[in-house]
Amino acid sequence: MIQRSATWALAALVSLCAGAAVAAPPSAAMLSNACAGCHGTNGGSAGPSMPSLAGQSKEAIVDAMKKFKSGERPSTIMGRLAKGYTDADFATMGDYFSRQKLHPTRQALDPALVARGAALQEANCSRCHLEDGKEGKDDTPAMASQWLPYLQMQMSMYLSGQRKMPEKMEEKVKPLSRADLEALLHFYASVK
Amino acid sequence: MTLDRRSFLKALGVGSAASLAACATPGGGLSMAKSGGRRVVVVGGGYGGTIAAKYVRMLDASIEVVLIERNRQFVSCPFSNLVVGGMLNDLSTLTVGYDKLAANHAIKVVYDTVTGIDTAAKTVTGSTGTIDYDRLIVAPGVDFRFEELEGYDPATTPEIMPHAWKAGPQTLLLRRQLEAMRPGGTVIISVPATPFRCPPGPYERASMIAMYLKRSKPGSKVVVLDANPDIVSKAGLFRKAWAKHYQGIIDYRGAKRVTGVNPRNMTVSIEGLEDVKGDVINVIPPQRAGDIARAAKLTGPDNRWCPVNATTFESTVAKNVHVIGDACIAGAMPKSGYSANSEAKVCAANVVALMNGRETIEMSGINTCYSFVSEKEAVSVAGVYAVKGGAIISVPNSGGVSPDLSETEAIYAKSWINNILVEMTT
Ligand SMILES: Cc1cc2nc3c(=O)[nH]c(=O)nc-3n(C[C@H](O)[C@H](O)[C@H](O)COP(=O)(O)OP(=O)(O)OC[C@H]3O[C@@H](n4cnc5c(N)ncnc54)[C@H](O)[C@@H]3O)c2cc1C
Ligand code: HEC
Ligand code: HEC
Repeated sequence: MIQRSATWALAALVSLCAGAAVAAPPSAAMLSNACAGCHGTNGGSAGPSMPSLAGQSKEAIVDAMKKFKSGERPSTIMGRLAKGYTDADFATMGDYFSRQKLHPTRQALDPALVARGAALQEANCSRCHLEDGKEGKDDTPAMASQWLPYLQMQMSMYLSGQRKMPEKMEEKVKPLSRADLEALLHFYASVK
Repeated sequence: MTLDRRSFLKALGVGSAASLAACATPGGGLSMAKSGGRRVVVVGGGYGGTIAAKYVRMLDASIEVVLIERNRQFVSCPFSNLVVGGMLNDLSTLTVGYDKLAANHAIKVVYDTVTGIDTAAKTVTGSTGTIDYDRLIVAPGVDFRFEELEGYDPATTPEIMPHAWKAGPQTLLLRRQLEAMRPGGTVIISVPATPFRCPPGPYERASMIAMYLKRSKPGSKVVVLDANPDIVSKAGLFRKAWAKHYQGIIDYRGAKRVTGVNPRNMTVSIEGLEDVKGDVINVIPPQRAGDIARAAKLTGPDNRWCPVNATTFESTVAKNVHVIGDACIAGAMPKSGYSANSEAKVCAANVVALMNGRETIEMSGINTCYSFVSEKEAVSVAGVYAVKGGAIISVPNSGGVSPDLSETEAIYAKSWINNILVEMTT
């Protein structure tokens, strides 16, 4: 046992010296892969409620992370996690996820609602949620193929005032019925 | 809008027994010639090992990866407390195979029990042969320090007093014992001193058992005998949940270390106190790194856990050997499935960097543990980790526990287990 501890101490000393070599700061993959235990490999979520990050714009991710961190956007867990990172980290991770392919999902959706949403989106949402929600203007998040339960939870939070809607979005959302909004979410979730 | 159990289970159909067909075991077991120039061998295909194997392949497809796992199917400990409490009917949704992982990333999966690691010769031996490696990643999880419990026979005691701290038959046995218990009975949970696998786990279990007793076994109670002075993780939240739902059912006793067991009388002994009798006794024994890590002399001076470099997870005892997951000492990171997943990625990135003669990359990691406290509510603890002064620290002013019991977190928790199991198996 004594001999064993001595070898151990020696080995520890050797590796301590070896370990003194400086490492490069965390890379984009190093930072972002840690998120994948919840958001899926490369940000493609297997659902059914954790959102996909793959294919979101850098601006949308940075904006979301900043708002989570400040508390402006309510969250269950992202606020606590966002506090562990700097704005530079947000940009690095945002850039990383924006380079991943949009994650197509298979979900049980109501075809009638999808069709109704498809008819409504052009006039109401497409100014910011571009290309059927595959892209977003500036910091607008992509919604194509996003998990429906996630979109529903976010819409409920907007409508209850917990999450603040952009003014121009609110102008479009307010006049729509709950059923129309539900249809829009089914539509976006269906886009591949 | 709530997620019913059926859709959750359907979504969870990750890798049930059906996916065993395309077995990835190379014919000759471990006696296999190197296919390429460089080889990484991973021992243990759990929360850490699967991810390490996958990410090495994702980062550098020119490196051959051999994953050695003793079981053809992996049963997840996370969410197994829901089986104990009856929220899940069985372990099928928590049981996954390795075929898709092997196929998607061309990982060679060998089903064998590793019996020896020679860190000087750089070889790993199992019943099917010996294989050499350039770098080795060891992720065997935990084994138990049974010898610290007087009267505990490792062969027979767990059949009477299940630990259920490795998911599988033990989980189902504990569940069956609860179902068979008389109303008005006493369930004992003994919690070992830290560090142990999944710090909030015993208290989640107490909640799940109490939930079941409240509904199905009126008059019964749960006595928690904790070797630690207080609830180890999310203490305020568990206390709140117990006061809200399980008043008079959970009897928590801190600083009560169980030192011995008597399976014949169904009692446990505590230092300096009278024996406690139970109808169902869940003894969670003290733990250490998986036996193979100790056999390979990868443990530190405590002879229990494996010290590692905080950025590469390379053993500080043996060169070219990395240890991740529950078995290693990861500074501020707790022993959890999420930590093992995160550590595996840090390790993989640096194994690939080292094998390509590149600069290593400083670690950045995350842990999150969700715990169910009732059928509809969960709580979580989260942390972000970085390296400072050669040690893994929790990034100041980040992380922490949920503000309150939350139904929304229960919804996200179900998606978490789905996502992390899909990550491990695809
Ligand atoms: C009741 C309970 C609830 C939990 N809940 C959560 C939770 O909600 N969230 C969370 O993050 N964590 C949770 N955990 C903790 C989590 O299970 C562990 O931290 C995690 O499994 C550690 O991963 P690992 O890779 O180190 O070990 P494991 O996942 O245990 O994997 C080790 C693998 O190595 C194999 N192995 C061992 N020795 C050999 C050998 N000699 N040869 C071949 N194969 C070998 C084993 O068969 C096993 O498959 C919970 C644990 C328990 C007990
Ligand atoms: C423990 C699980 C978990 C981890 C780990 C995690 N997230 Fe999240 N993420 C969530 C949940 C849950 C939400 C929904 C908001 C909430 O309730 O916190 C979310 C939402 C988000 C959103 C908003 C997406 C949208 O379209 O509205 C972004 C962006 C995000 N996370 C980025 C990240 C990044 C970057 C990391 C890694 C640093 C990360 N997440 C790690 C669980 C997680
Ligand atoms: C003026 C631009 C604009 C219009 C019009 C608009 N949105 Fe948005 N939308 C945004 C922005 C910006 C965000 C992110 C804002 C934030 O931080 O909360 C967003 C977020 C969302 C989200 C949350 C997505 C997520 O991943 O978190 C949903 C759901 C949504 N919009 C639905 C709609 C629907 C449905 C319409 C049409 C009825 C619509 N929006 C119209 C700009 C717009």
